[in-house]
Amino acid sequence: MKKIILNIAIVGLAAFAFTTARAQEINIDTTIKVMGQTKPIPVALSGFTGEAAEVLKFDLTVQGFSFVAPEAAQYLINGTGAGNVTGSVTDKFAKKVVLSRTYNGAGTRRLAHAFADDIVEAVTGKKGIGQTKIAFKAQPTGYGAGEIYVADFDGHNAKAITTDNAIVAKPAWAPGKLALYYTSYARGNPDIYYHDLTTGRRRLVAGYSGLNTSAAVSPDGSKIAMVLSKSGSDNIWTCNADGTGLKRITSGVEDSSPCWSPDGQWICFATKQNNNDRRRLAKVAAGGGAVHYLNTTGTPNPTEPDWSPDGKWIAFTSQMRDFNICVMPADGSRPPTLLVTGQAPSWAPNSRTLVYNHALGYREVLSVLDVFTKQYKDCARAAGSNSQPAWAK
Amino acid sequence: MKMNQMIFPLVFTLAAALATTGCKHKPPMVTPIPGSLPPIVGNDAGGNTLNQGGTLGDTGGTGVNTQQGGGPLPNDWTPDMMNQDRAALAAYTIHFSFDSAAIQGGEQMNLSAVASALSANQSDKLLIEGNCDERGTEEYNRALGERRALAAREALARAGVSPDRIRTISYGKDKPADPGHDNAAWAKNRRDDFILLHPKP
Repeated sequence: MKKIILNIAIVGLAAFAFTTARAQEINIDTTIKVMGQTKPIPVALSGFTGEAAEVLKFDLTVQGFSFVAPEAAQYLINGTGAGNVTGSVTDKFAKKVVLSRTYNGAGTRRLAHAFADDIVEAVTGKKGIGQTKIAFKAQPTGYGAGEIYVADFDGHNAKAITTDNAIVAKPAWAPGKLALYYTSYARGNPDIYYHDLTTGRRRLVAGYSGLNTSAAVSPDGSKIAMVLSKSGSDNIWTCNADGTGLKRITSGVEDSSPCWSPDGQWICFATKQNNNDRRRLAKVAAGGGAVHYLNTTGTPNPTEPDWSPDGKWIAFTSQMRDFNICVMPADGSRPPTLLVTGQAPSWAPNSRTLVYNHALGYREVLSVLDVFTKQYKDCARAAGSNSQPAWAK
Repeated sequence: MKMNQMIFPLVFTLAAALATTGCKHKPPMVTPIPGSLPPIVGNDAGGNTLNQGGTLGDTGGTGVNTQQGGGPLPNDWTPDMMNQDRAALAAYTIHFSFDSAAIQGGEQMNLSAVASALSANQSDKLLIEGNCDERGTEEYNRALGERRALAAREALARAGVSPDRIRTISYGKDKPADPGHDNAAWAKNRRDDFILLHPKP
């Protein structure tokens, strides 16, 4: 805690110095420390090979662990992934075994993910994300028609859940359900659908004239925020989960990319005050009302906000020449921190890991990033270009 | 990288300054879009988890245009109720500046030609397809394409065409005229295509 306070003090001073000196100079290495822990937890892995080792390394890297030689490690992870997964974790400093368990009843990948989750929980006290899912869009040619996919959070076990061969966009999970909202041009217009993945049943939620897109589901699953142009301009609207109760929430210029605060009270979105304004992030009460602009100093063209499940952070995309993933405190107390090149961030349930997409040549690939240590890994790829990931919560 | 981070905000500021001085301060003109798509409902596929989506039918469901919310929606037609003639107005495609939905002065001739075609046959309607270059995020481009289509619709309305005869669709960056990745391709892709709609016989 002391360290965090010290870091904040340093950053506060640094930020002040930069503001007075030259506003556009952002020292990334300094500001990242605003987020608390920056040093990964050093662990050493032994005994695991192949798929099990790969899964453990991926899962732990994107949750703030680093792999080092045994002498430099705080925790020793030992075990085997042949057949069943058996593993133990020893705390070298406390000189005790903090976890020892055997996993069976599924494939090696799944078992290794389960072990990784237990390691995270044993060491940090937080729930792991190893067995969570993401949804995303995949386009074989990099543009145009594609399908919505669901996969493990690391991109493995990807499965297309649509077969429309139509332009699709922006999947969003119904909280706690095996169900998605997404945009599809299947009927020739960008419309928003609800898709129950258990039954395969689909229902049109918003199929108004013009644009229907960017669905975001409220944390209790009862409301959808989205972008419609039916009024003749693109604005944020809400409706009930079944599409009834349509309500216009904003009437700004170029309103886009709505997301919800985890308490369901606010909708955060990108907007302009007028045609000549810069784009900003703003929030509005979920029922509509006054628009409050957020502090996105130093990050031009902010879009695609996503509010962390613990309510503390807002991740978003800033477009300079390239796209950058940025994170800022949701209370606006400090300006954003620029993390990595990429766009379309979506928080994991643990409020520290993000999935996003970034360019590789002219295709997009998904990556998973640990915000606090800036460690990231590329996901396994589905057909063609993969983008607009949404983390199931 | 550091250089870029310092220069690009400057470039944007300059660009913004240019845009500000080059633009007239007009409030955006807004006309509600008429019409609705037929409601649909998916099929019940049943079975195990992660079922692929059922066929998209034509009936049932909520969330289509009714009196609820929004502006008045007097008409009830969709482009798929008409025969689409992509060739008729293909010569009059209009183009846009980077990240802008403002109609450029040089495009007035094309818009006049589109307006003339529509006044020549009152039973024809129009679909405007808005498109973007590949820069910008996907959802931002989807909205920008819609704004480009709406801007042309607004201009045609001012030229005397009833906005009730015009529908818009945005393809964002999903339908490039030129799939290249350079300035020449991008310039071609920032566009509105006009599709003349004839009544089905």
